[in-house]
Amino acid sequence: MAQKPIIEAKQLTKVYNGRPAVDRLDLAVYEGEIFGFLGPNGAGKTTTLLMMLGLTEPTGGSVRVMGLDPARHPLEVKARIGYLQENMGFYRDLTGRQSLAYIAELNGLDRQTAEERIREALEAVAMTAAADRKIVTYSRGMRQRLGIAEVLIKKPKIAFLDEPTLGLDPEATNRMMELIRDLCRRHNMTVVLSSHFLHQIQKICRRVGIMIDGRLVAQGPIEQLARERLGVGDRTYSLEEIYMHYFQEH
Amino acid sequence: MKGFMAIYRKELADHFSSYRFLILFALIAMVSLITAYLAGMNMAKALEGRIKPTTVFLSLFTAAGAGFSLVQFVTFFGPLLGLLLGFDAINRERNEGTLSKLLSQPIYRDAVINAKFAAAATMIALMLAAIILVITGLGLVILGVVPDAEALGRILVYFVISVVYIALWLAVAILLSILLRSVATSALAALALWIFFSFFISIGANAVANSLTADAPPDDPAAIVKRARIENAISILSPMVLYTNATATIVDPSRKTTRNVIRVGVMEQLSMARYSGPLPLDQSLLVVLPNIVFLICLTVICFAVSYLVFMRQEIRSL
Ligand SMILES: Nc1ncnc2c1ncn2[C@@H]1O[C@H](COP(=O)(O)OP(=O)(O)O)[C@@H](O)[C@H]1O
Ligand SMILES: [Mg+2]
Repeated sequence: MAQKPIIEAKQLTKVYNGRPAVDRLDLAVYEGEIFGFLGPNGAGKTTTLLMMLGLTEPTGGSVRVMGLDPARHPLEVKARIGYLQENMGFYRDLTGRQSLAYIAELNGLDRQTAEERIREALEAVAMTAAADRKIVTYSRGMRQRLGIAEVLIKKPKIAFLDEPTLGLDPEATNRMMELIRDLCRRHNMTVVLSSHFLHQIQKICRRVGIMIDGRLVAQGPIEQLARERLGVGDRTYSLEEIYMHYFQEH
Repeated sequence: MKGFMAIYRKELADHFSSYRFLILFALIAMVSLITAYLAGMNMAKALEGRIKPTTVFLSLFTAAGAGFSLVQFVTFFGPLLGLLLGFDAINRERNEGTLSKLLSQPIYRDAVINAKFAAAATMIALMLAAIILVITGLGLVILGVVPDAEALGRILVYFVISVVYIALWLAVAILLSILLRSVATSALAALALWIFFSFFISIGANAVANSLTADAPPDDPAAIVKRARIENAISILSPMVLYTNATATIVDPSRKTTRNVIRVGVMEQLSMARYSGPLPLDQSLLVVLPNIVFLICLTVICFAVSYLVFMRQEIRSL
C-alpha cells in the first residue's frame, strides 16, 4: 500500500500511574477503509482513540490525523473526527432531534444546514419516526443509532466507533454493522471500529489491528495475518481463530 | 468563543425547566414577599402621620419582618442558592458520559466551564433582581415612598455585591463538582461547607478569642478590645461576614463603619452622635470598598482554580 495514511501513530505511549496503558504503538489507518480495532477489555483501545482525538495527552510518541497533531490543533482534529464513545451518554430529557440540534450547534452549523443534516442523519439511521420522543424512552439499539446520527451530523472525514455494538442483540448487531458499512461507502468515511464481534468485523473490515495489554501485537489485512500466523492459504479461516492465536501467545 | 453560546443557551434552558430551580424560586419568592410585607406593615404603622425620610425605603431590606431581614436572608440562604446551582455541574455530565461527547466536539474546553458558570450566574442575577423588584413594588404600595436616585443607586450596588457573593458559592460548588466524581459526595461537601461557614466560624472565632485572653480579668478593657480584634480577624475568613460587612453601609446609610464599635467612654458616644446624619453613597462605598474588593477577589480566585483543575483533568469517567 503506497498510499499515505490518514491516521498515523508512532511509538505512541500513555502511562497511567506508572503503568503503560498504551505502549509504543505504531499504527496506520488509510483513507476510506474500515479498520477493525480488536483486543480484550483494558487493552488500551479507548485510550488510543482518545489520544488520536486530542482528548488525552500522550505520555510519549506522536500521532498525526490528516497531518495534524491533535494535541496542538485539537479543534481542527475534532471537527474532522466523529467520535462515538463506548457507553455513550445522552442528555436524557432531550428528544433525539434536540440532541442532534445541540451537536450541530456545537459544531457551528447554521440553522438551515443543521436542519437539513439532522433530517438526513435521522433517515440514515432509521430514527425519523422516534426523533421527537425523549431519549429516556429509547431502547438500547435506538440510542446506539442516535449516537451514529450524532456522528453523521458533523459529516466527518473519519469516524471512531468505540464498541458501537455493545449490549445489542445479535440481530441489532448485524444491522448496526451493515449500517456502518453502508455509511462508510456512501460518505467515503474512514472508520476505526472497535468491537468484540469478530465474525461481523471479518465481514466488513479488510484490515485489523489486535491490541493486547497496551501493545499492538498485529496489524494488517486479515488474510495476511491468517497466512502468517495460521499458515493457511486457501483453507477457510476465521478472524476468531487468528485472534485466539495471538491471545494465547501473549 | 467557540461553543460558549451553544452551551450557555442549553444550560439556561436546563435551569429554567428544572424542578430544582422551580422549588428554589418559589421558596425565595415566598420568603421575600412575606418578610418585606411584614416589615413594610410594621414600618407603615410606626411612621403613621409623620413625614417619611427617603431612607425609609432601604429599611425594607434591613428591617426584620418575620424574625429576620431580607439582607440577612440573602446572607444566609444565598450561599445555598449558589451551591445548589453548581454542585453537579461537571460530575453529573462526567457520570452520564455526556462530558466526553461534549468535549469531542470542536469547542474549547474552557467554553464548557465558562458557559456553565455564566448560565448559573445569570440565574442568580435573575432571582435576585426578581426579589428586589418585588420588594420595591411592595414598598411603593405599602409605604407610599418613592425611592430617590440615591436609594436606587444603593439598591443597585447591593444587587451587584450580592450577585458576586452568591457567585462565589457557585464557584465553590463548581470546583467541588470537578474534584469529586460522585454527585452525592459533592452535594454533601457543599452542604458541609455551608454549615461550617454559617455556624462554626463564628463559634470558633469566639472560642479562640476567649481562650487567648483567658488569663485576663473579664472586665479588663484591654482584654475586651483584644478579644474583639481576634474575633473579627478570624470571622473575616467567612464569606458571610465579608458580605455582611461589604453591604453594611450600602443598605444602611446611617452606618459609618463596618466595625462593631466598642463604646468605651462618654466622649466616644458624643462623637458618634455628632456625626449621625446619613452618609452619601460614594462615602458609604468608600468605607466598604476593601470588603467588596476582597469578595470579588475570592470569587475570581475560586473560579480560576476550578478553571485550572478542569483544563488539566483526565476526561474519562473511571
Ligand atoms: N483515567 C485513568 N486512570 C488510570 N488508569 C486508566 C485510566 N483510564 C484507563 N486506564 C487504564 O488503562 C488501561 C486501558 O484502558 P482502555 O483504553 O479503556 O482499554 P479498552 O478500551 O481496550 O478496553 C486499563 O488498564 C485501564 O485500567
Ligand atoms: Mg474501551
